[in-house]
Amino acid sequence: MVQQSLLTASRFIGIGASLGGTAALQVLLPTLPPELPAAVALVFHRARGPETTLVDFLRKYCRLPIEETQDKTPIRPGRLYFAPADYHLLVEGDHFALSTEEPVSFARPSIDVLFESAAETYGANAAGVILSGAGHDGAAGIAAIKRHGGLALVQLPASAESSHMPDAAIATGMVDKVLPVDEIVAFLAKWQPK
Amino acid sequence: MIERAPRPELEYLSENNEDVENIEIGVLLEAVFQRYGFDFRHYAYASLKRRIRHCVHTEKLRSVSALQEKLLYQPAAMERFLLVLSINVTALFRDAGFYRAFREKIVPRLRTYPFIRIWHAGCSSGEEVYSLAILLQEEGLYERVRLYATDMNEVILARARDGIYPLDRMKTYGQNYLRAGGKRTLSDYYTTQYGRAMFDSSLKKNIVWSQHNLVTDGSFNEFHVILCRNVLIYFDQVLQERVHQLLYESLINFGMLGLGQMESVRFSPFEACYQTWDSTEKWYSKVC
Repeated sequence: MVQQSLLTASRFIGIGASLGGTAALQVLLPTLPPELPAAVALVFHRARGPETTLVDFLRKYCRLPIEETQDKTPIRPGRLYFAPADYHLLVEGDHFALSTEEPVSFARPSIDVLFESAAETYGANAAGVILSGAGHDGAAGIAAIKRHGGLALVQLPASAESSHMPDAAIATGMVDKVLPVDEIVAFLAKWQPK
Repeated sequence: MIERAPRPELEYLSENNEDVENIEIGVLLEAVFQRYGFDFRHYAYASLKRRIRHCVHTEKLRSVSALQEKLLYQPAAMERFLLVLSINVTALFRDAGFYRAFREKIVPRLRTYPFIRIWHAGCSSGEEVYSLAILLQEEGLYERVRLYATDMNEVILARARDGIYPLDRMKTYGQNYLRAGGKRTLSDYYTTQYGRAMFDSSLKKNIVWSQHNLVTDGSFNEFHVILCRNVLIYFDQVLQERVHQLLYESLINFGMLGLGQMESVRFSPFEACYQTWDSTEKWYSKVC
């Protein structure tokens, strides 16, 4: 059991992307170092359908091992998890949980749901990143992360294909830094949780 | 889809009384259990907490403690609470591939039995029960089947029993039906009236609807097939183990277990007791 707890990620990075998120992820994902001491979880709004397209995309651009997140999947550092289509993804202690409750901010999976649950579990050890997207999903979530002492980062709206989501996040006034995508991971690498 | 409700936690919660909220939730669940016998104490916490907060908001209350008082004294509020806590997201032939796999990989085995008992645990408003009934009719097995459909929520179960659904959903359902390997058209199975679709009584005659709570009730028969989809995801690991035990004990040898698309027997102690029958569609066969 001791070994188990050593394997549990002590830091958590949530990434939320929607419309135009593909371009942002193409820049961000390759910069994630494979030896990352954090677990990374991605919520990417998309239509329901075969997951192979997304998995292929992630494999192509990300050096971290990719895991489709099933119910009760343990949260380990140095891996990229992604929310399955049509399910909310939640952090629940040392593992993930899924839910099919109604869409939040018109989205399922919802960035808010992931970020809020991550904020409550990880507190200051959680970071959230909002990338390009339409709508306002992720704004409440990023604010929750900041409120719990975590790090709140947002893609520079001018550099996003769709700036609504970054704008909505910034409008909460609960954001630490607004950055071009290629500088986000460098900033995360220097991050020392309080 | 619902517009995001204003977030009650922003109104009444500062960071340091989230600990207080956690205490309140623990007490609320205990109170609900003692008063009404519904046991949510081992539900997966993160999502349960979201829904409790949602209830606090929709009941126009200020705290979980206030919700507790209301639930204890007003059974009608408890009924609403139950509806929020039981996620009733379902559809006819939801995850078409699951039903296609049933038709192609499980029906041949079922043909070898003279009489077939199927349990749909957590059947919600019944859409997936009718899906199964249609499929069994098309495969010529329906007359040999008794289909036990259970849910913890009586209100939802009554809807299931009626088998009446909004007509505007039937187009999507019809597409699901075809993708699931349907042999006719879905509209052959229902009549329409006042913008609603009512499923045929021929589908209902071998269905037994019954209130059953997976958390607090035991096994009530041995089944050839059990469906329990997107129910276990709402339970924590302790409760999942218990319910897995119940499902396991309720299956005959070589009985089939069908789970939700993102569920598996993988993180359960019964993993070794099942053979994976379809890894994508989450069908398992009890082998020991």
